[in-house]
Parts: sequence; structure tokens; C-alpha cells
Amino acid sequence: MKSEYDVIIIGAGPAGSIAAKTAAQKGLSVLMIEKRQEIGDPVRCAEGVSKIWLRKHIEPDHRWICADVKGSRIYAPDGTMIEMAEEIAGGEVGYVLERKIFDRALAYESAKAGAEVMVKTRATDLIMENGFVKGVKVMHLGETYDIKAKIVIGADGVESKVGRWAGIDTSIKPVDIETCAQYLMSGTGIDQNYCYFYIGNEVAPAGYVWIFPKGNDLANVGIGILGSKSGEKKAIYYLDEFVKKNYPNARILEMDVGGVPVCGSIEKTIVNGLMLIGDAARQSDPITGGGIINAMEAGKIAGEVAYNAISKGDVSTRALKEYEDKWRTTIGYDIDNSLIVKNTFTSFTDKEINSLAHSLEGVNFSSMSLLDLLYALFKANKKLLWDLRGLFKNVVKYELDFER
Amino acid sequence: MVTINVNKFKCGYCGACVGVCPVGALELVETWIEVNETCTSCGICAKICPVGAIEVKK
Repeated sequence: MKSEYDVIIIGAGPAGSIAAKTAAQKGLSVLMIEKRQEIGDPVRCAEGVSKIWLRKHIEPDHRWICADVKGSRIYAPDGTMIEMAEEIAGGEVGYVLERKIFDRALAYESAKAGAEVMVKTRATDLIMENGFVKGVKVMHLGETYDIKAKIVIGADGVESKVGRWAGIDTSIKPVDIETCAQYLMSGTGIDQNYCYFYIGNEVAPAGYVWIFPKGNDLANVGIGILGSKSGEKKAIYYLDEFVKKNYPNARILEMDVGGVPVCGSIEKTIVNGLMLIGDAARQSDPITGGGIINAMEAGKIAGEVAYNAISKGDVSTRALKEYEDKWRTTIGYDIDNSLIVKNTFTSFTDKEINSLAHSLEGVNFSSMSLLDLLYALFKANKKLLWDLRGLFKNVVKYELDFER
Repeated sequence: MVTINVNKFKCGYCGACVGVCPVGALELVETWIEVNETCTSCGICAKICPVGAIEVKK
């Protein structure tokens, strides 16, 4: 550990590691710190990810791919099933990862690119000078250190403190977080070629149950419910009910819990000398809760912008706006649209969800594009068309033609 | 005064409670949650905890 770096990244998840790799590849001196003693553990994720987007950042490796799925099976409350091909099933369907190995592989890539990595090293505060973030106070094995940096990148996940220290309010309201629990189970007997989703307020209020194959006879069986719907009955209780009813003879090999921000874009993700990325910037998808790809995309943009800003000798908010602009016009665009859809769907009754599912019965999704799917949905449900009118401002006038 | 109880035998140290705390009173350190004196006993952390590990002292 040196006393000064170009960039310090707090958090070694997918966002942090891609940012570290990108910045180091461009020749910056980079330190990435991780408060846990093992990168990637404990897991807080269903581990599903889109193949196409993943390949933009790392070559797939059999060591961290557990399953290669070809589609999704979505179950409405009355049992109506809709099957969708992988290509239109969303950003979480494609590969099912082993995050413990995947996250470490990404950190390894950043180390190979030249970044220093320190585990069991926790940021305790930012170093501020004249309104600029100038470094990080850390605790490593019980000792405290001040480490200076030209730019600090906060990639410290759902529990992010970095943004708050810099004056960015990142606190999440209960209505803006999915509270999640998951078991790794043996013996569910699911078809390993599919990801399964169960929706409905009885099974998972304003959320869903997922079953993702993990190879052999293993599967992640998990649930997310909206924080505002959690109370006496917690996510784990809903999960236990589902498992008891559907897989009474399966065995639990691991338990994971977590919180996923579904609030959509926060007001700002930069201040002088600092950028927030990934879950720390609340960049997960509000519909699916998926965050790996968005985190990696944001990490790449932040790494590039850090290089540009440092090269010009200007790390002010004005210079870092390049990051803000780039992520908002790419992943931010999708996040904003997903938020509109999420807010509509979380207000649906189980009866309305059943009605939607019925309108899609018999549709051949293997040859259908996502726009075809939306068209079929809207055509059968005029109310949905009205509920999602906010989406039209962003999407429809450019991409959808409802008159055909 | 610490105003919430975190059952360390139930806690899955996921950090969800830290993310929702409106005053930033909580912190996840290794495998435990620390609570500082700014806690207002609002109970949001207890509400969203996935496993019910948090109890608010009234």
C-alpha cells in the first residue's frame, strides 16, 4: 500500500473491479479496497446474467458458469405459464454464475491490469480538502491509515456509506428496496434449461420468487418482496412457505439474504473528486432487481472518465459530469423506463396479473421480439396502455408503432 | 444509547438495514451491525430485514 494513488475504489464487486481494471489498463495507479476478507462472499444475488452483455466485459469461463439457460418460465398466480426465449427474457437470463468465483475472477483481472487490491480493508471516512474528496481513511487489520487519491470511486453496494460521506443522500425508502432471501437447494427436480419466476401478491408481494438452475440438481430458490410490504411476515417466511409447499423433499445447502435497490436513478452520483457506481449509485434494474451488468457498465464508464479527468488535471464535478451524462443516457435510460413499468406492475392485483398472463397464452415467444411482446400485451389490455403512458414519452414515439 | 437490538445469531449481514437507515446510524462491519447514537428508533431497519433479526427498543 502506497500513501497516494490516482484512483481509490471502495468495494470489490463487479462495479469496483471493472472500474479498477479499466483505470489500471489506462495507466493510472489504482487501489481497490474490500472490507470483507473474501471477495464475492457472502453472496447477495440470484446470480443470473445476460450472456451478450456479460461478454462485453469478460470472456465466459466454465469455472464460474453453473448453468446455461435457454429461456424463462413465468407463472401467474393461477398457474398460467408463459415461456420466453432467452433473448427476450431480460438481463438476468442467460448464464447462472457462481458469484464467489466470478467476483474473484473480476478482481483478478483488475490485479492483472495493475491495480492493487487490499481485502479486509474498510473505508471509515473520506478525506476532504477545500470541497474536494482527496482520499480515504481506512482500517486494515485494526490499524487506521489515510490514503490520498485524485479520485475516489464508491462501489460499496447497497449499504453504501461513501455517497453519504460526500453529501449525496443515498438512503433508500422501504418502497424502494426489495428485501430478499435465497436458498441454494439440492433436489428441486427443475429443468436446468430454464429460469423460473413466480409472481403474485400471495407468493411474493410486489416482487417474485425465482428458481435459477445451478447445474447438476442444484438451484437457487429465492424471493424478493418490496420493503414496504415487509412487516410481521419477512422475506424468509414467504420463502419457507414456498419451499415447504413446492419442494418439501429438497435440501438446503446455503442461505443468502440481501437488499436490492429498486428506486431508479438517484439525483446525483458525482461530487468533486468522487463518483458512485453500481448498487452504491442505485443502478440496479427496478423491475428485475438485476444489477451485475449495469454495475459493470457503470464501472467501465467511471474508469474511463477517471482517466480523462486526471489527464486533464480537472477532477471537479464539472469534469466528472462526463460519467453522469454517459451512464444516464445508456443504462440510466433503461433504469428510468423500468421504474415506470415497476410502479405500474407493483400496483396490480393477482386477478389483473392473471388477466395479463391469459392474454399471452398460446403466443409463440421463441420467435417474438420484446416489442412484439409489448404489443401483444397492450393490445389485450387497454388499461395497461393507459397505466404505462409515462413510458411512451420515453420509448413509444421512437420505437413502437401501435397502429400496425 | 443503542436503541435497536440486532440478533447476531439470525443476522445474515446483508447490509439492507444499513441502506435504508435515514440517518446513517448503522454500519455493517465484517459480520455484525454496529449502531451509533444517531439512531432515532424509526424502525425502518427492522421492517425491511429479510430474516427478522432486528428488534426496536421502545
